[in-house]
Amino acid sequence: MFVMPAVLLLAIVFVAPLAWFFIRTLAEVGTPAEIVSHAWTILTSRAVVTALSTTNWIALLVTVLVLVISYPLAYYLANNRGLRFTLVLFCVVVPYFTSIIVRTYSWMVLLGRNGIINQGLLSIGIINQPLELLYTKTGVLIGMVYVLLPYMVLTLFATMKAIDPTLMRAARGLGASDFYGFTRIYLPLSIHGVISGSLIVFILAIGFFITPALMGGPADVMIAMLIERSVEIMFDWSGAAIMSLLLLFATMVLYAIYYRVTDVRRMMGA
Amino acid sequence: MGDAAKPSSRKGAIELKGICKQYGKERVVDGVSAVIAAGEFFSLLGPSGSGKTTTLLMIAGFADVDKGSILVDGANIVDVPPQRRGFGMVFQNYAIFPHLNVFENVAFPLRARKLPDSEIRERVQRALELVRLERFSDRFSRQLSGGQQQRVAIARAIVFQPNVVLMDEPLGALDKNLRYQMQVEIKEIQRRLGMTVIYVTHDQEEAMNMSDRIAIMNNGRIEQVGRPTEIYENPASSFIARFLGEANLIEGVIESETTDALATLRTAGGHRLRARADEPLNAGKPAQLFVRPERVMLTQFVPSIDARVNGVEGRLVHTSFLGNILRHTIEIEPGIRVTVDVQNASSDMTRAVGESVSLTWRVNDSVILQR
Repeated sequence: MFVMPAVLLLAIVFVAPLAWFFIRTLAEVGTPAEIVSHAWTILTSRAVVTALSTTNWIALLVTVLVLVISYPLAYYLANNRGLRFTLVLFCVVVPYFTSIIVRTYSWMVLLGRNGIINQGLLSIGIINQPLELLYTKTGVLIGMVYVLLPYMVLTLFATMKAIDPTLMRAARGLGASDFYGFTRIYLPLSIHGVISGSLIVFILAIGFFITPALMGGPADVMIAMLIERSVEIMFDWSGAAIMSLLLLFATMVLYAIYYRVTDVRRMMGA
Repeated sequence: MGDAAKPSSRKGAIELKGICKQYGKERVVDGVSAVIAAGEFFSLLGPSGSGKTTTLLMIAGFADVDKGSILVDGANIVDVPPQRRGFGMVFQNYAIFPHLNVFENVAFPLRARKLPDSEIRERVQRALELVRLERFSDRFSRQLSGGQQQRVAIARAIVFQPNVVLMDEPLGALDKNLRYQMQVEIKEIQRRLGMTVIYVTHDQEEAMNMSDRIAIMNNGRIEQVGRPTEIYENPASSFIARFLGEANLIEGVIESETTDALATLRTAGGHRLRARADEPLNAGKPAQLFVRPERVMLTQFVPSIDARVNGVEGRLVHTSFLGNILRHTIEIEPGIRVTVDVQNASSDMTRAVGESVSLTWRVNDSVILQR
């Protein structure tokens, strides 16, 4: 009963316009058979296939990098209190509330050819040539990892905070090395957070637009950028609609998996 | 327990030598020393904040030792990390791994030691039989009752046959009846396996029921060590006397110095009471006479002079009915009340509040305490 207003709001401001957009644009293409063949042509075109594989590859890399950086951060947060906790949490969360465009431009200032990082490395003498950090895949990865980090850290933190610290003490007390205790006890108990966080980050990453558009090079075209180009440059509304539908479908599938994972966790009472 | 164990080859003797632990400015453990024999059931008993749990954590290796040393069979283990100390451990909240079933929980210490599978299966089976959980090996902790989880924790602590098992208030979360039953079981297992147990508790009945010896802790120090009966009947201080059950502590001053390990205490109202005095006393110093309520008897009259018995008259102020005993409170002079426990036997006559009664107890059942 209480969810009715929310469902209604979502239907009016989100589902209805989306459906209306898809129906309008696809109706222009013609009969359902024509729509299917048109969609097939678009989805198998070189540009889309390349963009899809770039999108998946970047999203995967970003997810793995975010996970690798976030796990120790979240572990630190879950096992510290007071000033240390507040300081690290502050550093993780504050960017979360800052505009994504501001953050992306900040990175561009840092990573540019004459940016602070290149200047610094050149002046110490570690490198002789400025590194190509901006307008490359490296730039995209750095920017996206930074933007998506808080989602993973906070998800992992919630999972790790729920792990009873005496379990690790018990593991050590019963003769387990730190490594064995981690792989046998801590990792399995935090694996739900790893899966949930990875799915969230991956879902957000495949739809990313601003960061790859501003920081990426010509080879790093992701599917969201292709959709934007179809609309803005080529006025190909039906093509944009078909690509959007694909993205929406992929997101829904991943979200369904995410929902199952978190639901199972709740059932286990963890 | 027909253990024809070889006492000479037994391992697991522990010696604490003046260990200290400081958190900030507060000395939580302040020079604790104790010698614990192999195969002994040794309890650290004290109120919360007395340092008993910190002492156990230092023995386990989870808290650093600021000063002093811990010897196991003569070797100092202060710098050995907990996983290498080889102690079994039972925690207050059981700490059962929630994602592993009972079998894998009990197998954990063996897998950590990389034992072959066949041996693991055999040993886990035996440990589960010992705690009567052999039919529960597929269950997870959320499918077990508190008592069953406790048994899993015990099986897991003994499965690798440690010489020493440390237990931190393992029965604290159980209800009273189950607690008594588990005390008996733990004691039985300890006797059968002949291991050293260091047991932390704040429950004096638990400590007295299970322990070979008890160390009473207060303010980070051990106040007294001894067998349960020793400490119960011969407390070294009024704190211990009160902590180990009901105690009468009659205030007064020492009238005469010790002779034959006996002394006389004079109350403000002029009563002269004799009691044992284990240490030399100075006349004129304030002190307390300690006697357990069950050692005081209600009698018809104060017997004529008998050097071995104290006798006083008083007025019954209150009677509490506690089921198996009746607890009478008797005022012997203004400000001094004596508690007397009487078995609730049918032959006992009831007494009315306000009635005059006589109290007697043997001099040897009472002790003069100066602390």
